[in-house]
Amino acid sequence: MGMTMTQKILAAHAGLDKVETGQLISAKLDIVLGNDITTPVAINEFKKAGFDKVFDKDRIAVVLDHFVPNKDIKAAEQSKQCREFSCSQCISHFYDVGKMGIEHALLPEQGVVTAGDCIIGADSHTCTYGALGAFSTGVGSTDMAAGMATGTAWFKVPSAIKFNLSGSLPANCSGKDVILTIIGKIGVDGALYRSMEFTGEGVKTLSMDDRLCICNMAIEAGAKNGIFPVDEVTMEYMKDRCERQPVVYTADEDAVYDEVIEIDLSEIVPVVSCPHLPENTRPASELSDIRVDQVVIGSCTNGRMEDMEAAYKVLNGKKIADGVRCIIIPATMEIYRECVERGYITAFIDAGAVVSTPTCGPCLGGYMGILAAGERCIATTNRNFVGRMGHVDSEVYLASPLTAAASALTGYITNPEVQ
Amino acid sequence: METKGKVFKYPDNVDTDVIIPARYLNTADANELAKHCMEDIDTSFVNKVCKGDVMVAGWNFGCGSSREHAPLVIKTCGTGCVIAKSFARIFYRNAINIGLPILECEEAAEEINANDEVSVNFDTGIITNITTGKTYTAQPFPEFIQNIIRKGGLLASLKD
Repeated sequence: MGMTMTQKILAAHAGLDKVETGQLISAKLDIVLGNDITTPVAINEFKKAGFDKVFDKDRIAVVLDHFVPNKDIKAAEQSKQCREFSCSQCISHFYDVGKMGIEHALLPEQGVVTAGDCIIGADSHTCTYGALGAFSTGVGSTDMAAGMATGTAWFKVPSAIKFNLSGSLPANCSGKDVILTIIGKIGVDGALYRSMEFTGEGVKTLSMDDRLCICNMAIEAGAKNGIFPVDEVTMEYMKDRCERQPVVYTADEDAVYDEVIEIDLSEIVPVVSCPHLPENTRPASELSDIRVDQVVIGSCTNGRMEDMEAAYKVLNGKKIADGVRCIIIPATMEIYRECVERGYITAFIDAGAVVSTPTCGPCLGGYMGILAAGERCIATTNRNFVGRMGHVDSEVYLASPLTAAASALTGYITNPEVQ
Repeated sequence: METKGKVFKYPDNVDTDVIIPARYLNTADANELAKHCMEDIDTSFVNKVCKGDVMVAGWNFGCGSSREHAPLVIKTCGTGCVIAKSFARIFYRNAINIGLPILECEEAAEEINANDEVSVNFDTGIITNITTGKTYTAQPFPEFIQNIIRKGGLLASLKD
C-alpha cells in the first residue's frame, strides 16, 4: 500500500522508509514559525522549561503581523518581547515593521519555505505553504516552544481526501471560490484530522496565488494540512527565491485515500460564505439584496499581488458606493511597493478606499476596521465566526477579491462580471 | 485523576474566537484573559463556573485559530474537563500540551444536559452523570499522549 504526498514528506522527516495512517512519529522540522500573538506565550514556555538556546537560529521565523504597527501599549509590549527574544537568539528570520508582511504571504514570497519542507507554525493558517508542496500545519505556542528547543515535533500521520481538479476557472472566479465551494460541500469539519491533497489536470491552470489561497483555508475544513503537487508553476515560483533547495515528493500511484472528490473548475461560480460559518456557502448571485457597510480586501488568504490586481481591475476609474467603507491591505511590503509602482494605490484612493500597511488587524477583530453592532462586512478574509470582526451582532461574509470589490461599488453583495 | 461538577452545555463548532475573542489577545496573562472566557456566546459563564465544572459540547469544539489562549482560559476559569463529540485538531493538541483534560464521547455529549452533575475519571475515561445515574466510556488517549499528560505537559515531558 502506497503513501500519500503528505505521508511521504512525514516519513522522510521522521527518518522512516514508510509510515501508515494513525502512526505517531517524531519529525524533524525545517521551519518553526510564530507571530506577535503566539510567540510571547511560546517564549514564556520556552524559558519556564529551562531552555536557553533555540535549536537553529536560521530555522525559526518570528513575524510581527497581527497587531503592528502596534495598536496599543499591551500589543507594543508583546512585540517588544518578540523583538528582544529574536535579537538575543540571533534569529535570522525576524520580521519587524518596515520588513514585515502577513506571515503566510511573507514566508513564501521571501523564499523562507520551500517544497518538501516539514513546517509548524503557531498560527492556524500555517497550512498555506502546502501550495509549494510542503507539509505545513498550525500548532499552538507550546508546540512552537518545543519546536524551537528541539527542532522536532510529534505528529499522528493523517489519512487524506483527494481532490481531483479538472478544467479551468471562469474569468470571474479565483482560488477563493474554489476553496469556499469545497468547504461548502464537505463542511467545517469535513477534513478533520486529515490532509486535503489537491491533484489532477486542473492544477496546472491555477496560479501560485490561487494555490496559496486554497491551502490557506484547508484549516477551515478542519484539515491538518492542504497540499499541491510540485509542477512547473511551483518550480518557476521558487526559482531564485528559496534559500534552501526544494525537494520534490510525489504521492505513490497506489496511495490510499479516504475519499476522492471530483472538482470541475469550469463549473465554479463566484460564491460567498454567509455568517457565521465558512461552510455556509451560496452563489454571490443569490445574495444581491444583502447590503454591506464595509469591504475588506486583504489578509493571509487574499492580500497577494493577484488579489490587488483583481481589486484594481474592478475599482479603477469607479467610485465606491456611498455609505460603504472599503479597506484594502496589501499583505507584504513588497506587494505594497508594487501596488505603489503600478499606480494601484492612487486608483484605490481615487475610488474612495483606504489603503493600510500590512496587518492582520481587521480579519480577527483586532483593529483597522472593527464592526459595530448590526454592521455587515464582505471580506476576503477566512473566518466569519460570531464576533470575528467586532461586535457579536455584526456579520462577516467571505468572498473573493473580485466579488468584494464589485460589492464595494454597489453597496450590495454583487456577482463580479469580468470581460 | 478525577473532576466533579456541574455542566455547561454548548453547541457544535464552538470556535476559539468565542472561547477567547482576539480583541483581548494583546496580553498573554491567563488570569486577565480568563475574565473573557466564552463571553461572545455566554456572558454568564465566567460568573457561574466553579472549580471542577465540566463543559459539554458537540462536534468540532475549538475550531478556528491556533491560539493556545483558548484551552488556557478554559482551564484557568477552573473548568475540570471538556467533553465533546469531536475536537478541532489544533485545540486537541493544545489542550494536551497545556494540561486541560479533554474527552471525546459522542453519546455523553449528546445526552448530558446543562446543569447536570457529572464526574469524570481521566484514567479510565468513565463519565458518570450523577443527575441521571447513567455512565459512559470515552475513548482513552493513546499511550504516547498519556505519557505527555502524566509528565505534566509537552515541555515537561521533553526534559526527561
